[in-house]
Amino acid sequence: MTNYLEVMHLSKNYPNFQLHDISFTLPEGYIMGLIGENGSGKTTVIKLILNMIHRENGKINILGKDNISEESAVKPYIGVVFDSNCFCEEWTILQTMKRISSFYETWNKEKFLSLMNRFQLDTKKKIKALSKGMQMKLMLAWALSYDAKVLILDEPTSGLDPVSRDELLTILAEYIEDGKHSVLFSTHITSDLERAADYITYLHYGELFFTGSKEELLSMFCMVKGGREELQPEQQKKLIGVRTFSTGFEALIKTTDRACFSGMAIEPVTLEDIMIFISRKGE
Amino acid sequence: MKLIISNVSSVPIYEQIKQQVKSAILSGELQEGEILPSLRTLAKELKISVLTVTRAYTELEQEGFVQNLQGRGCFVMSRGSELIHEQLLRKIEEHLSEAIHTAELAELPLDELHRLLNILWEEKNHDELS
Repeated sequence: MTNYLEVMHLSKNYPNFQLHDISFTLPEGYIMGLIGENGSGKTTVIKLILNMIHRENGKINILGKDNISEESAVKPYIGVVFDSNCFCEEWTILQTMKRISSFYETWNKEKFLSLMNRFQLDTKKKIKALSKGMQMKLMLAWALSYDAKVLILDEPTSGLDPVSRDELLTILAEYIEDGKHSVLFSTHITSDLERAADYITYLHYGELFFTGSKEELLSMFCMVKGGREELQPEQQKKLIGVRTFSTGFEALIKTTDRACFSGMAIEPVTLEDIMIFISRKGE
Repeated sequence: MKLIISNVSSVPIYEQIKQQVKSAILSGELQEGEILPSLRTLAKELKISVLTVTRAYTELEQEGFVQNLQGRGCFVMSRGSELIHEQLLRKIEEHLSEAIHTAELAELPLDELHRLLNILWEEKNHDELS
């Protein structure tokens, strides 16, 4: 299996934020979710992949090629969808296509127009007149029209209604169906990823907390629930993040520790549980 | 074949797929030699991860219900019900071995164990009748 995206020991220093030694790989034909709380470094990683900012350390390969020394060879393989529009607002969709599409060697005009039709986007409309969901679909259609191999989406679902989010997930599922395309998808709306993502990379304060298959991450932890008085001191030590309330408590534990909590309610976790309780750990 | 994925079930999605494919094979809805939906098509249609379907199909193959032929698809194996019967037999053997082991610990002779089994068997049948 070839790796479409390889990120190795990536570091970046900002005055108030450090991205520290991030490594992960995205194989051909799969969807990877990039998760983490706000300010955990998701967008920094994406900007580094796209060579929009300078990296202090590390290496990034896209389809086996270095993303900086072979940038012009690599860029046609990448499609990008940001959380806000990146086209000229005053142009119509048709004008945008006429003026920019010639920069793409593999541009497929028929495919673009058919996608406009499918997404019900009026090509005579100015970009600024499009809703947020429509702008997202336009960026998505753009990337699909030059047959990008790797689609990178930065918070594409924030600000979208459930219908548009569902449409996006449908398109992504179709995109990877042939096994020849991959998706890197950053989001803090983890329910989007709960079903569709194959792999998860989880950043926490600029550090890599986890990278691997989603099922592996979900099987690492459990939720334990019980009454406040039930909790013994030695059990207390095993809790990773806990919420107590007048009638009981709920906490995240490692699945390997579940035997210590026999008699209490133990439930499987969601990605959201993990994120909430891991970030509570430090408090 | 019908496949329905529940989001509120605590059964993992790969297990849900496995169970439903198994029962379709058992009931004869899926016949020998029939082909399961392609891995990636199923993932797309159910909007679930490709790895989830891969796991379900791999485990179905390990348990002998289907055969995965590289590049051709996933085929239903012959005489699924006999396989299941064999699997159930193996499970009974496991549990009985455990019971024998426990009986040894309790120093229970074999005829007592037999008697216990008979009582439990009759109780169960009696419960079902009433």
